[in-house]
Amino acid sequence: MSKSHLELTNVQMAFDTPHGPFVALENVDLKIRKGEFVSLIGHSGCGKSTVLNIVAGLLQATRGGCVLDGHEVNTPGPERAVVFQNHSLMPWLTVYENVELAVQQVFRKSMNKAERKEWILHNLKLVNMDHALHKRPGEISGGMAQRVGIARALAMKPSVLLMDEPFGALDALTRAHLQDSLMEIQQDLNSTVIMITHDVDEAVLLSDRIVMMTNGPAATIGEELHIKLPRPRNRVTLADNPEYVHYRQAVLSFLYEKQRFPGKGQEEQGEQNTEEPAPIHTEETPGVESSQPESPVRRIA
Amino acid sequence: MTTLSQTDSLSQGQRWLRALTEKLAGRSLAETGRQLLLPAIGIALFLGFWHLAAPQVQTSLGAFPGPAQVLEQTGQLWQEHSNQRDRAAQFVTMQEERNERILTENPNAEVKIRDYPGAPTFIDQIFTSLGTVLAGFVLATIIAVPLGIIIGLNRHFSAAVNPLIQIFKPVSPLAWLPLVTMVVSATYVSDDPMFAKSFLTSMITVTLCSLWPTLINTSVGVAAVNPDLLNVSKVLQLSFWTHVRKVVLPSSVPMIFTGLRVSLGIAWMVLIAAEMLAQSPGLGKFVWDEFQNGSSQSLSRIMVAVLAIGFIGFLLDRIMLLIQKKVAWNE
Ligand SMILES: Nc1ncnc2c1ncn2[C@@H]1O[C@H](COP(=O)(O)OP(=O)(O)OP(=O)(O)O)[C@@H](O)[C@H]1O
Ligand SMILES: [Mg+2]
Repeated sequence: MSKSHLELTNVQMAFDTPHGPFVALENVDLKIRKGEFVSLIGHSGCGKSTVLNIVAGLLQATRGGCVLDGHEVNTPGPERAVVFQNHSLMPWLTVYENVELAVQQVFRKSMNKAERKEWILHNLKLVNMDHALHKRPGEISGGMAQRVGIARALAMKPSVLLMDEPFGALDALTRAHLQDSLMEIQQDLNSTVIMITHDVDEAVLLSDRIVMMTNGPAATIGEELHIKLPRPRNRVTLADNPEYVHYRQAVLSFLYEKQRFPGKGQEEQGEQNTEEPAPIHTEETPGVESSQPESPVRRIA
Repeated sequence: MTTLSQTDSLSQGQRWLRALTEKLAGRSLAETGRQLLLPAIGIALFLGFWHLAAPQVQTSLGAFPGPAQVLEQTGQLWQEHSNQRDRAAQFVTMQEERNERILTENPNAEVKIRDYPGAPTFIDQIFTSLGTVLAGFVLATIIAVPLGIIIGLNRHFSAAVNPLIQIFKPVSPLAWLPLVTMVVSATYVSDDPMFAKSFLTSMITVTLCSLWPTLINTSVGVAAVNPDLLNVSKVLQLSFWTHVRKVVLPSSVPMIFTGLRVSLGIAWMVLIAAEMLAQSPGLGKFVWDEFQNGSSQSLSRIMVAVLAIGFIGFLLDRIMLLIQKKVAWNE
């Protein structure tokens, strides 16, 4: 493995709450290569968004830290673009203006007006949203808005792309389509991606590595799984590829057998429980894709 | 961008056309009819009740005026106004003719035209009041919106000024008025004043009473910007000004406008009271003068003023609503 591009070292995150500090993360260590696609998976409330927000600079780790290309991450910045879970477009700006806001900010000096315009349009074309340039977020579907959010992030030419359940609220078809686009774009640009997901198939299909987190509190990285499937990957032919099935099995076994109880302590794991935790969805349960329970505390990402 | 905005205006044109055709279609005509019918019934019932009840109320100035007397006085007041106008016009032409004569005799003579010295009519008072209320409201907005933004952005500042806001907000204009009057007479001393003192007093009283809803709404709106959007702003590293202009302000515009509408309503109410009490020109003074006058028509004339005040207040609110629709993204 080459020298790591992004490195989380011994990260602890404790939130101040009215009942004293709440330790969400403990001893999180993660090294990511340039161009690597990493998925974070784990039960609801375990601390995935917290990890992402620390990398984004939106949260400050209470111990340890995050280093990107040799520089410590302390503040948010456009080189670590974030695709938020609920698109987070400015509702008063059109699709074009939303991307423009980012492009203007990042390339104010390095591009002239015409180049910026071309770049905005280019990124909206990448996600197939160039047909709705002058619609407001309220006038387009959730999937379309999510695509614009991705275009906005890509348009910043980030060295790391951070995505918090980017396809969580989408229907299965739109999601498949966006996953394919994302794979292509990531291959073309060789960008480093950290993506949070609840979807095992999505994780296996897209990732070079799946990072599985233990349940909180004091969540940490439980297992890592390197996905060595050749690219480009095709979801249809992979479906009964034995290697793919094996990877999928490994993730499911971690989530359902080793980390079965979302939000509870690990000592209770021995008990029998036939109920499937709701947020994890697989191809067998296409109907439940968009139903995830809210985390107990208001989302921070 | 030109081509892009063209397609936009085209689709807007189409939307407008569709709305128009829908309006012209029968179904929506019936809808409009129903929308007008109920208010019409309400007004008719009110007028009937007023007509029957008014003669029962005896005052020292005769019976309380019914709708008919009020209508008559409305015409009367308008008549007085146009008479006054004619006389004022005559007065000016007379002066102009005289000046011309003087100038032909002596081209270097200094001539001037004096304003007509007649008393202001009801209509004049309306415009005086409108001018004062707008000046006070604009001043209140200029103070309240930026201050509200600062309060909304800064938790510490908010905690520091919150008690002050809570204490000054409920103060009645009548309590401010004597203080404002004294301060204005003491501080605004000038040989050739740009504004009349009475105007300043009323305006400042209006400002003091009407800035609170805008201030509070702005600060609440600013503090309630979606945290996700704040995160977007942080990731983009927007500068403070860009952040305020591109994220905070647009996001709180709906709240700000709600506050502005309440403020304007209060401003109008406060102004009438201030004018009455301070004897400064305007509708309030008209009402007070009629009351002191105590003729048989006074009550009807006051009633005309009451209706005019209500109607103008309603119009002001409608105008704000129109502006809000133009400015706010969620309308
Ligand atoms: N600002 C905060 N203050 C206190 N506790 C917090 C805060 N943010 C998150 N937490 C807690 O930290 C834990 C991890 O939260 P986080 O949002 O990272 O979970 P998550 O894995 O992203 O969950 P989900 O899959 O539901 O999005 C949760 O138990 C949450 O209650
Ligand atoms: Mg989360």
